[in-house]
Order: sequence, then C-alpha cells, then structure tokens
Amino acid sequence: MRATPAALLTRLLPAAWLLALVAAPLLLVLAIALSWPADGVPPFTLPWSGGQGSEGRGANPEAFALILGDGFYGGAFLGSVQAAGATAALCLLLGFPMALGIVRAGPAWRGPLLLAMLLPFWTGFLPRLGAWIGILRDEGWINGVLLSLGLIEAPLPLLYSTPALLLGMLHAYLPFAVLPLYASLSRLDPALEEAAADLGAGRWTAFATVTLPLVAPGAAAAFLLVFIPAAGEYVIPELLGPPGAQMVGRVLWQEFFQNRDWPVAAALAVLLLLALLLPILLFQRLEARR
Amino acid sequence: MPAIPPLLSLRGLVKRFGDHLALDGLDLDVAPGEFLTLLGGSGSGKSTLLRVIAGFETADAGRLDLAGQDLAPLPPHARPLNMMFQSYALFPHLSVAANIAYGLRRDGVPRAERERRVAGALALVGLEGLEGRMPQRLSGGQRQRVALARALVKRPRLLLLDEPLGALDAHLRERTGFELRALQRATGAAFIMVTHDQQEALSLADRVAVLEAGRLVQQGPPRAVYERPATRFVAGFLGGANVLEGRPDGRGGFDCPALGVALRPAALPAATTALALRPERIARATAAGENTVEGVVEEVAFRGDDSLLLVRAGGGALLRVGHAEEDGPPPPRGAVLRLGWEAAALVPLAA
Repeated sequence: MRATPAALLTRLLPAAWLLALVAAPLLLVLAIALSWPADGVPPFTLPWSGGQGSEGRGANPEAFALILGDGFYGGAFLGSVQAAGATAALCLLLGFPMALGIVRAGPAWRGPLLLAMLLPFWTGFLPRLGAWIGILRDEGWINGVLLSLGLIEAPLPLLYSTPALLLGMLHAYLPFAVLPLYASLSRLDPALEEAAADLGAGRWTAFATVTLPLVAPGAAAAFLLVFIPAAGEYVIPELLGPPGAQMVGRVLWQEFFQNRDWPVAAALAVLLLLALLLPILLFQRLEARR
Repeated sequence: MPAIPPLLSLRGLVKRFGDHLALDGLDLDVAPGEFLTLLGGSGSGKSTLLRVIAGFETADAGRLDLAGQDLAPLPPHARPLNMMFQSYALFPHLSVAANIAYGLRRDGVPRAERERRVAGALALVGLEGLEGRMPQRLSGGQRQRVALARALVKRPRLLLLDEPLGALDAHLRERTGFELRALQRATGAAFIMVTHDQQEALSLADRVAVLEAGRLVQQGPPRAVYERPATRFVAGFLGGANVLEGRPDGRGGFDCPALGVALRPAALPAATTALALRPERIARATAAGENTVEGVVEEVAFRGDDSLLLVRAGGGALLRVGHAEEDGPPPPRGAVLRLGWEAAALVPLAA
C-alpha cells in the first residue's frame, strides 16, 4: 500500500522533530565535551575539523578524565542521587494517599480534585519558589509567628537547608507522582478488594495482598518519573538548598557560567544522561507492561 | 416452605440509594442445599440484594439471619458465605492456584491441606494442570471456573452468584449451566444466583424468585411460576405471555374489549382485571366458539425450534402466537387465522 501524503507527513514530522531538537543538540553537547578548551566556547569548532586548539589531535578526552578522576564530581552525582531519591520517596509517601483519596472520592469529585492538584502549575515556577523563601527565611512567616509567640528567641535557620530543599522539591514534583498513581489506582476493579473481603481478608489484608501488589508498577513509575527530572534539578537547590550542597545540576551551571569550562560542563551533562539512562529504560519497561 | 429451618432468612429488607428504593421491604427464605435464582430486570434490586447479603451494602432496615446467626453486625470478611462476582474479580497478579488458595490462606489453613483442597477444587471444575497459569492467559470459560473454584474451596453453606453465565459465549452457557447445577448438587451448598435471563432461571433453579422494583413479586418452582404467573410483570417477563385486560362479565366470562370477544377461563376470581395467555398455548381453532378469536397475521419471526406470529385480533389487540415446526410452514403475512385455546390456559392475574 502506498503511503498517502498525510501519512507520510505524520511519520516525517516526529522524525524531523527528534533529529532537529533532540539528536542534533545532544550530538553537539557530546562534541563540546570532547573538544579542546580553546575550541569549546563560541564560536565553536568541531574537535576533528582542525580548530586552533586541537592542533590536529582529534577528540579530547580530558573533560571526562577530569570528572571521573575528581571526587568532587562524584560527590555531586551522589548528592543528586540522594536528593532525587529522597524527593521521589517523599512524593510516593505523600502521593499514594492523595491518589487513593482522589479515586475514592467518586467520579463527580475526581476531575475537580485532579485539577486542584495541578493548579499550582498554572502559576509561574519562580514566584512559587519565591513564596517558599518568604515563608522560610529568617524574617519569614514561620519565624515571625514563632518569635511573636515567644516560642523561640532567635530565628530558626529554615531556609538554605536540606529540609527546605526537600520541601521545594516535594512541592514541585508531587503531581508527577500522583498522576501515575492515580492512573493505576483508578484502573483497579473495585470488585477485587470486595472479592478479597469475601474470601476472608480484612481491610488492611485486602489492601496489602491485592491493591498494593497491583499498584506496585504504577508506584515504581511514579518514583522514576520524579527521580529522573529531580536528579538534574538546578533551580530548587540553588534557591532553597544549603549553599554547600553539591548536586550535578548546580555544578553543571557553575562550570558553564562561572568557570566557563564548556567541555567539562558538557561532559557532565553527557554523564548525567548516561547515569539516568538506566532509570529511564526501567521506566519505559514499566510503562510498556501496563 | 420446607419444614427444616431456613439457612438464610431475610425479613423486611430496605435499601435506599438517595431517592431510589432498591429494596422495598423484601422477605425471602432459602433452604439448605437449595438452588434459588433471583430473576429480574435491570434496576429490580436483585444485585443489590446479593450485595446486602454479602455485606458490601448495608440494609437501611430489616433482618438477615444465616443459620440462625444475625449477619448485620458482621463485615463482609467475617460472613460465612462466599460470592462469585459477575466480572469474576480474579486477582490478576496471582496464579490460578494462588487465586483459589487466597481464601484458605486468610483462614490460616496449613500448607499441606491448602494444597490438597486447591487440587480438589481444580478437579471439581475440571481445570487440572492449569495451577500455574495467570488469569490473563485463561479463556473466558476457564476464568469462570477459577472464580467458581475460588468461591467453593472454602466450602460455604451459601454461595452467591452474580450473573455467573452472563459473560460467557452463548454456546458455553448451556453446558456451564448444567455444570453449575451438578456442582451445586455435589457440594450441597445453597446457591443464590442472580440473573436477568429467564431461560437460565427456569432451567437451573429449584425455585425462582422474581423481583420487581425491590419487591419479591412471585416465588416458587420454575414450572409453577411459568405456568401460573401472579402478576402482569411476571407474565410478561417470563415467556412473554399475552396480557389480556378486561373485567369479569358476571356470568363466568371475562370481557376483553381489545380482543373483541368474551373469554371463558377455567377459574375467575371476581376482582380479576387481566388474564395471561402463553403464546404456545394458542392453537388453530376449527370452528368459532368459546375462547376463539379471528385475526390477521402481521409479522412472522422464525426462532429455530418454532416461529412467533404477531396476530392482530378483531378488537385491535396484537397477540403473540407460537407456531410449532411440526405443524408445517407458518402462515404468511396477511393470512386470516382462527385461533383458540383451552379454558385452563387463561391465567387470572392478581396485579
């Protein structure tokens, strides 16, 4: 059968999109990561096209060697994994009862509740973080109330701390966990828990032996859906987190804009992508199974 | 009612959903080892009744006793009865064997006995060898059997079945129905089966209970209910009887303006306002007389083992008339027929 022009277009368009906006920039980042210091900043020269810095030596592995050899970068990766893992775990812990509540609220309430949960997305991201700063800082609402009640004598160091960082991350990523959990919970046949009860299972046993195992793939998807973007997060650690906390996103930003070492920054980006490949593939497999 | 005390006794059950009265003061007794079908249309309350017995819904008023024990305070998991769900509700993450063993595990049955009983239940429903299968990889008929085995493995004295044959292909239904009947005899459990299919209700049950708008309108052995429907609803729902409206003429006859003739039933209570007449009880009459009518064939529908004629009588009534295959080809549309029936075929309806 010959493809109609419309069918051809629907196949070409995504391919062109992927090529222009996903594959090409990625290759460019990889090329920057492998270039010599003098060539790795604009105007940019490909390492094998004979730029000034390359002196005919081809690709430069130094940026990767530096990152893999220096414990500082390893620490940043570890810090990112820890923060993203903690964020994903918190989102799951809080998101599960939320999703369950939305499903159990009945068909008439589901739409409005989901909408309310997504409502913060309609406002800007930065103003929302600004609001958290206003709440948490030394002269902020919480310290203000505690001080005026006489419960504390000096402001608590709430802002620029790990709890503030996690609070901001939780705030930003919770909907990413609730949506897949909601999807898998709403697909469950309510008769399954009734059947469990009919066969002698109390509420908690029915939940633990039927609902929980059936929602586990959805929960894993929710965890990864939060973990993957959270691992590369830059803005929230920068605005709310402790100054010393090194995370990949922050280090990447510093290399790009403070040290202006583009090859190292690009190599960090490539390594972050590689590190996230495993959870991404895992997520894909979970999604395919559902 | 049998002399032995009933296994299940329901008295004055009421269940409201908002403004809707799903159960309207329902009384029902079920004897040990009895096969009862609850027959009714959608919204008749039959599924609600099953869910109230199982404990998934709470009655607003009334009593439920199972073997003399008040069920009302017991949550579903503590009620000594089991239910087979319309969707089967097999646990998709558990194998066939684990599905069947689920209830035994909850009861803390030791492993060796559990395995023996699961094997027994699988043999009972003819699914030996499928222990390790996951439910998604079973056919519809196999799923139905797993659901049945899972509900029966706990050896309940009462099994509730919600449209157990409804999801099966037509060719499987009859066979599975007979198997259900044999299982019920073999286990000695009382079965309460909800169905909207009159064929199923009549062919499987010891007793049929017909529900309409949350009330029990008639109950009895299938043949008795079929032959002596008590109300217009039962007459129409079971076998599509003709309902002939009119009033007694005071001389033993029954005036039916829509037929244009006077009918002469074998028995006629004074307050009768309608008579039921089954299509298959109507035959060709050779001469005019009592209990005969003339009409024109408007439609002929071939149904395999017989044909159904729609015959317009002189008074305007449209009669459903059966035409057996052995009587030769059915008359064509437009043919004028003289129809007749025995006096006993006219069944007075109380409501």
